[in-house]
Amino acid sequence: MADRADVDARLAEVLREERSRLVGALVRILDDWDVAEELVQDAAVAALEHWAVDGIPHNPGAWLMTTARRRAVDRLRRRARYRERMALLTAEAREMDRPAATDGPLGADDRLRLLFTCCHPALNREAQVALTLRTVAGLETAAVARAFIVPEATIAQRLVRAKRKIRDARIPYRVPDDAELPARLGEVLSVLYLVFNEGYLASSGESAERRDLARDAEWLTSLVARLMPDEPEVLGLLALMRLHLARADARFGPDGSLVLLPDQDRSRWDAAAIGASIELLARAERIRRPGPYQLQAAIVAIHALAPSWDATPWAAVVAAYDALVRIQPTPVVQLNRALALAERDGPAAALNALAPLAERLDGYHLFHAARGELLRRAGDADAAREANRRALELTSNPAERRLIQERLA
Amino acid sequence: MKYMMLIAGDEDLWAGRSADENAALYERIGRWWGEESAAGRIIDGHELEPSPTATTVRIALDGSTTVTDGPFIEGKELIGGFGVLEVADLDAALKVAASWPVPGDVLEIRPIVERG
Repeated sequence: MADRADVDARLAEVLREERSRLVGALVRILDDWDVAEELVQDAAVAALEHWAVDGIPHNPGAWLMTTARRRAVDRLRRRARYRERMALLTAEAREMDRPAATDGPLGADDRLRLLFTCCHPALNREAQVALTLRTVAGLETAAVARAFIVPEATIAQRLVRAKRKIRDARIPYRVPDDAELPARLGEVLSVLYLVFNEGYLASSGESAERRDLARDAEWLTSLVARLMPDEPEVLGLLALMRLHLARADARFGPDGSLVLLPDQDRSRWDAAAIGASIELLARAERIRRPGPYQLQAAIVAIHALAPSWDATPWAAVVAAYDALVRIQPTPVVQLNRALALAERDGPAAALNALAPLAERLDGYHLFHAARGELLRRAGDADAAREANRRALELTSNPAERRLIQERLA
Repeated sequence: MKYMMLIAGDEDLWAGRSADENAALYERIGRWWGEESAAGRIIDGHELEPSPTATTVRIALDGSTTVTDGPFIEGKELIGGFGVLEVADLDAALKVAASWPVPGDVLEIRPIVERG
């Protein structure tokens, strides 16, 4: 007999690591996403019962796979084409009996297949996000719904539509070939970064599920990094997320209000985690294929290492932004570059750099908030107030609203 | 797996180009179509006459019909042709569509329902 609490904890841990591998393998065998998820669920329930009686098996992942596979066989027996699939399943049994810890060659990993299919560009971004969280990270539909503050029925609907499209439009279940890989990997990383930001930017007053999204995204990215260790942008994104998480506790005051970087208590940053993230970034940079995530991580790393806001090496920050603007000349990147420029050259230089962005960023609250702050520092109180008012109109985030209201007061 | 590839474009772009430019583009399309057909990826398809030749027939819910001049979608991008693809999966279909040689065009890929 094993202790019930031990079984629960061990199963949760194993599922977190193995779930996407199990679902991924079953999708490949059965060609049916819903049944694959159901079988993994069934296997988990069976594990709770058996492990409590017989003890936790030596290789819990393999136990779950064997159980799920046995149930898959039962399903297949009821199907017309079962002979053909049975052959595949027999071959699968041999492959699966190897120790679960070996990730195997890149193309063969079912978790990557699953992730690339969930993030296929033929699915819209919302569907990609919901499918990735449900299928790869194993979040319940209700948890995904609470995290994104939408009704559960909406997420359920998105999942149904996405799976239907995968089946009916025949979106292939595979890791893209080398020619397609850069674009497709970019799609995967965009989904992971979006999920991360949803959680990271959530204020402390919001639900735990919502804030947990940042950790879920970090976990998924670390999985991709383990499976694709030679992709520098994956490592760059992981370093970027970890650098943010290492400083997350200092972002909110005791009353839940947002504390901006200049005012943060840097002793609350996790120096060990920052150091490890910077080593990870250095590993990415040694591959010598720079990209936007590596550069963003490099910028965050400069901040993370600076002893204070005033002691930040602004010339280095501006130089890193210059490099980022060259490969990603989006207005938001240029806005952030202008903010670094303000520290190096003063508010007038930054306001000049912002002027050409006014039209494209007119609907973006942070553009107006940044202008408001720069105008205040340049001594133009009336224009600053006007800009802050516009920023307030454009954001519904409570923590950000409070901050802007303080500036207006 | 069969897919319908609807090809849409801005007719003004064609009108705005010189006759030589359009002739060169037609030649590229012809070559492209020949190659895709020879490879077995395109099994059928046609270019359509421009949208002013279109006639729309609407069947109302009560069964009554109206006939109007013009295409049923009002917009800049109008359907100018279609191809029927026979390929392994959506990625293969998207690859064919992405190699279509007319700048400014928009293509829609839809699986064809095959019963039985």
